Amino acid sequence: MTPLLSRIDRQGWIFLGVLAAACVVVPVLNLTTAPGSGLHVPTYAVSLMGKYLAYAILALSLDLVWGYCGILSLGHGAFFALGGYAMGMYLMRQIGPRGVYGNPVLPDFMVFLNYKALPWYWHGFDLFPFAALMVLVVPGLLAFVFGWLAFRSRVTGVYLSIITQAMTFALMLAFFRNDMGLGGNNGLTDFKDVLGFNVQAQGTRVVLFVLTALALALAYLVARFMTTSAFGKVLVAIRDAESRTRFLGYRTAHFKVLAFTVSAMMAGVAGALYVPQVGIINPSEFAPANSIEAVIWVAVGGRGTLVGAALGAVLVNYAKTLLTGAMPDAWLFALGALFVVVTLFLPRGIVGTLVERLGSRRARARLPGPAPGEIPPALAEEGRGS
Amino acid sequence: MNMTWKGWLSRATVAGGLALGTLAATAASAQETIKVGILHSLSGTMAISETTLKDVMLMLIDEQNKKGGVLGKKLEAVVVDPASNWPLFAEKARELIAKDKVSAVFGCWTSVSRKSVLPVFKELNSILFYPVQYEGEESERNVFYTGAAPNQQAIPAVDYLMKEEKVQRWVLEGTDYVYPRTTNKILEAYLKAKGVKPEDISINYTPFGQSDWQTRVAAIKSFGSAGKKTAVVSTINGDANVPFYKELANQGLKATDIPVVAFSVGEEELAGIDTKPLLGHLAAWNYFMSIDTPANKAFIKQWHDFTKNPKRVTNDPMEAHYIGFNMWVKAVEKAGTIEPDKVIAALPGTKQDNLTGGTSEMLANHHITKPVFIGEIKDNGQFDVVWKTDGLIAGDAWSKELDGSKDLEADWVKLNCGNYNTKTKKCGGA
Amino acid sequence: MRRCLVLLIAACCAAWSLAAAAQSPPAGAGQPSPEAAYARLASDSYGDIEAGIALLAASGDPRAGAVLRALADNRLLFRPDDRLLAIRDGAALTDARTGAALPGADGLKPVRLNNRVRRAIDAAQGSLNLLAPDAGTRRVAADAVFKARDTAVLPALDAALARESDAGVKRTMQEARAAALLASPGTPEGERLGAVSVLQARGDSEALAILRGLSADPAASVRDAAARGVTGIETRMALMANVQNAWYGVSLGSVLLLAAIGLAITFGVMGIINMAHGEMVMLGAYTTYLVQELIRQNAPALFGWSLPIAIPLAFLVAGAVGILIERVVIRHLYGRPLETLLATWGISLILQQAVRSVFGPSNREVGAPSYMAGAFDLFGLSITWGRLWIVVFALAVFLALNLILKATSFGLKTRAVTQNRRMASAMGIRTPWIDAFTFGLGSGIAGVAGVALSQIDNVSPNLGQGYIIDSFLVVVFGGVGNLWGTLVAALTLGVANKFLEPYAGAVLGKILLLVFIILFIQKRPRGLFALKGRAVEA
Repeated sequence: MTPLLSRIDRQGWIFLGVLAAACVVVPVLNLTTAPGSGLHVPTYAVSLMGKYLAYAILALSLDLVWGYCGILSLGHGAFFALGGYAMGMYLMRQIGPRGVYGNPVLPDFMVFLNYKALPWYWHGFDLFPFAALMVLVVPGLLAFVFGWLAFRSRVTGVYLSIITQAMTFALMLAFFRNDMGLGGNNGLTDFKDVLGFNVQAQGTRVVLFVLTALALALAYLVARFMTTSAFGKVLVAIRDAESRTRFLGYRTAHFKVLAFTVSAMMAGVAGALYVPQVGIINPSEFAPANSIEAVIWVAVGGRGTLVGAALGAVLVNYAKTLLTGAMPDAWLFALGALFVVVTLFLPRGIVGTLVERLGSRRARARLPGPAPGEIPPALAEEGRGS
Repeated sequence: MNMTWKGWLSRATVAGGLALGTLAATAASAQETIKVGILHSLSGTMAISETTLKDVMLMLIDEQNKKGGVLGKKLEAVVVDPASNWPLFAEKARELIAKDKVSAVFGCWTSVSRKSVLPVFKELNSILFYPVQYEGEESERNVFYTGAAPNQQAIPAVDYLMKEEKVQRWVLEGTDYVYPRTTNKILEAYLKAKGVKPEDISINYTPFGQSDWQTRVAAIKSFGSAGKKTAVVSTINGDANVPFYKELANQGLKATDIPVVAFSVGEEELAGIDTKPLLGHLAAWNYFMSIDTPANKAFIKQWHDFTKNPKRVTNDPMEAHYIGFNMWVKAVEKAGTIEPDKVIAALPGTKQDNLTGGTSEMLANHHITKPVFIGEIKDNGQFDVVWKTDGLIAGDAWSKELDGSKDLEADWVKLNCGNYNTKTKKCGGA
Repeated sequence: MRRCLVLLIAACCAAWSLAAAAQSPPAGAGQPSPEAAYARLASDSYGDIEAGIALLAASGDPRAGAVLRALADNRLLFRPDDRLLAIRDGAALTDARTGAALPGADGLKPVRLNNRVRRAIDAAQGSLNLLAPDAGTRRVAADAVFKARDTAVLPALDAALARESDAGVKRTMQEARAAALLASPGTPEGERLGAVSVLQARGDSEALAILRGLSADPAASVRDAAARGVTGIETRMALMANVQNAWYGVSLGSVLLLAAIGLAITFGVMGIINMAHGEMVMLGAYTTYLVQELIRQNAPALFGWSLPIAIPLAFLVAGAVGILIERVVIRHLYGRPLETLLATWGISLILQQAVRSVFGPSNREVGAPSYMAGAFDLFGLSITWGRLWIVVFALAVFLALNLILKATSFGLKTRAVTQNRRMASAMGIRTPWIDAFTFGLGSGIAGVAGVALSQIDNVSPNLGQGYIIDSFLVVVFGGVGNLWGTLVAALTLGVANKFLEPYAGAVLGKILLLVFIILFIQKRPRGLFALKGRAVEA
């Protein structure tokens, strides 16, 4: 254990500390204080924070491949959504005969589309262990196959980004089809129970929040472990000079596939935790815009810092919640401006900038430099700092 | 240079935080009011349809306040933007009910947004007024459906085409989501019951936002060349309609040859198209802006005054909000409280004059009675009513045409159940 | 008003029975009196109006043509009390029956139209215009008669055929005659067979519809001939369908090309992941809208010129916004290309919301000038003018852009700067200005694309969002930095899409294409036309 603990830096300890505190303080404030009191954390806020933390896991998984391996995935939302669907299918099966048509096996939308029997891919999802396994396996498998094809063919840079986007777009179109047997545009919703507990009950929500926080902490530890190990050093080498690393004898494709697959599984877990807390999973989660937004969280928080990615996800989403309520007609101006301002004035993101100003030289050296040419054309090659 | 920017930035952040703080403070310092939530997308793909509904709600609330509010208190609108994002709808609904403590919410457009917020309204026991025509197959205690159910729009339209246009061959063209799927399923069953042969019905689905209609329009043209009078029943959704109609016009498919009757195309959608080539294509709604009644004239004038734009059109979902809002006001006054249980109990049976000369009533199944109009598109973007039902039609929560739901009944007054099975005499569908 | 509607419905129901009686002209009555026709027309019932139209056409009244024209244009008014009929011409009113001026008549309301009435008008006008002096009018009339399939016009048709000199019009008239003959049960077998062969020669979907309707004909020979005719036409149409599909594909490809070509500059040449590209297209479309609004208000006669006027303006507007964005934001980000993604995404949100705030969230109407409307027939291929112009326009834009980059000094400098910035700078090229203008050029081209797209799609704040993913795919598929690649990629994707669509459906077809692109990139990781040289290996 000690070698792992020693690999956690100062920001990491702060981050884990904050998460641990949240795990304790939020449930206590929600469950013990009276709704009227100033200290009370309402249940909806608990779910909201749970949602932010699920997004934080997604951001963290993206930072693992983008920040440390230079793979800019514009399709990470697909892995998130697949994990979410696996969880959603489990939750649908738990509804049982409580649907509006009262069919004990078929979900409402299947009764309605004249399904006579459950499609084969729905079998097994009534068992939680199977569903939990699928949360990891489905995104992991997709990422493995996709990565195996792409990285072995040495598809890099913007070409890779665009085909990941094409992947999530194709999945979105596929899931929109009602003939897929996954609820079409409406997706899966109106969940009742998770593991026998009512998903809407206050206690369940608090537990889900704590689980999400723990999953985030775990994801951080895994990512931290990977990036600080010898394996991580190779990843960073690939990020900074892939050809050189290859010439040194490393099978770069294998490293990338592994990192990509682990990252996709993390994203799947994030999706699975997200679904019971927001109560719906539908194909718009696959929308390329969602994946692009996830990239933006990472950039706002600080690429290649892990903690920053999580922080960025929470901050941007909190801003969104705040602004869509406070200035419904103009929040896009504020959000758009935030992205522009962050890029111009905080090129290393929030955490990256803090590290740069407060941290040691060594910490700075570990950050990705001004992107060494993810884009082939000449400008990137020349590099003209501002 | 860099340093000064950063200094500036940190100051800006502080200022921004302060500004947000003040915003929150002004909201809190208002007098004691009754809050009404408005949950319509103001950005994203659905903003195109839903923004108008937010405006009409603000107008209705403003008007009610001029009349003295409700129960002696002023109404206060709480507007949020769920940004055409379905999980965000659920989040914002929760925020409106739990944080802002609104007494009722008027909102949603797409079925998926309604499905997304349903569990929230059930859990927190609040009231949602849903103003858009939809696929039916639903009746919830906390939701009041002021738009049309399929029997209040689709079936009368098909009847009209069969009788007036002698249509024998049907293309059911829709966007691939739940409303067209259900409507087409109901229509298919209905047409077959009327003796239409299966080979005379063609059902096709296209994705959201379909913008290239060349192949489909050509296919419709060739389907229509079988020697029988053909019509298209369109449940194409919002964005895809303009390119569809533009392609129809370009390929010279006239209403006199193959009429298209649409259930999702109203005045607002036509505002984006040059309607001259579309003369005579049809739409079925429960309200048209062109209907000449004093109530409608007054409503249109009020709308123009409120938006300060004499060109703004009115449409069916706006009338649905008008009816729904006034029913809510009456029910709150009858119940003497905004407590949801009492308002929910007071709503069924509430009557409200609609804008087309009838009186709509909230039924025990939480749907309302509505007249059905068939309008032909005119060259000025308006509709000319060519047919209307004799009286008002009661909305069916469960379609009588479908196997799964023909035994189901919704009655929240006597049975207190949204899916009572008349065969098994049990609540719960089975 | 409620009463009016009730009345209207009652009248409709009453007219229902009347209409049935009126469908065949009264036998043995010879020519009906015009007054009987006018009395029917002055009504609120569609059935009455429809019957009145047929009577009027058969009456031989010299004023029939003018009255029908007025009715078709919604200019025919009536007074319910005394059945007065009036034609409105601007502000002036004339009596429909006599043509005398009717100053100050009141209580008039328009005679209403629906599809049934419009069909009746078309048919009636057809039979009246068969002898019109203008060949174009006669052709339209013959087409209308063909559609109406009314045996009553046979004598008129025969008379017209005898006098017809224009070969094309004559053929249409013969086809109309054949259609009418086949509609009448009393036609002798020989004439029916002749009619079938005339229709088979016409060979379009309407002829097919009539021939298919003959499957229950009493005479076996006619049935067989019709069946042969149907097969013949179907075979030819199946063949044409492939050509038609190819055309649809080219047309879709040209739309993709237009959407992507600006991006081929800002992203392909300059390397900026320009997420605000779609919004530049949107700005172009809104510029078109503004131009049309101004023209509608100030100089309606110039409407046909609205698109040619909008094209340079859209270029300037989008180009200026592009230059502004480059100067304010992007120039700080050269060398950090991924951050351009972040910043331009922010800019795209701002632009969308700005347009939404200024113009409102709903669609804006952009009209089609007459040369963009309608379709024409090319060897049985139906080609819409709008699409044809868009294909031509897309190619023109492509060539112009190539010319700018290859044959102007600005293009030379642009290529120099993007290939080797320091060297170019050392040669005295003001690189910042070249950057700004190149970005402006890409944005301006996107704006120009918006003018074309406004003709086929929604003009709404979401316009750009619908094209951004496709645009990136086209540029990447074609090979970043290569304009010809963009052209080939756009056309390939367009045609492939259109050939897949009839078999797989629109959604599955698109999914298949996306999977194909993903796999294709594995094979050729730099797109169709990869740039050669050291710059490639980053």
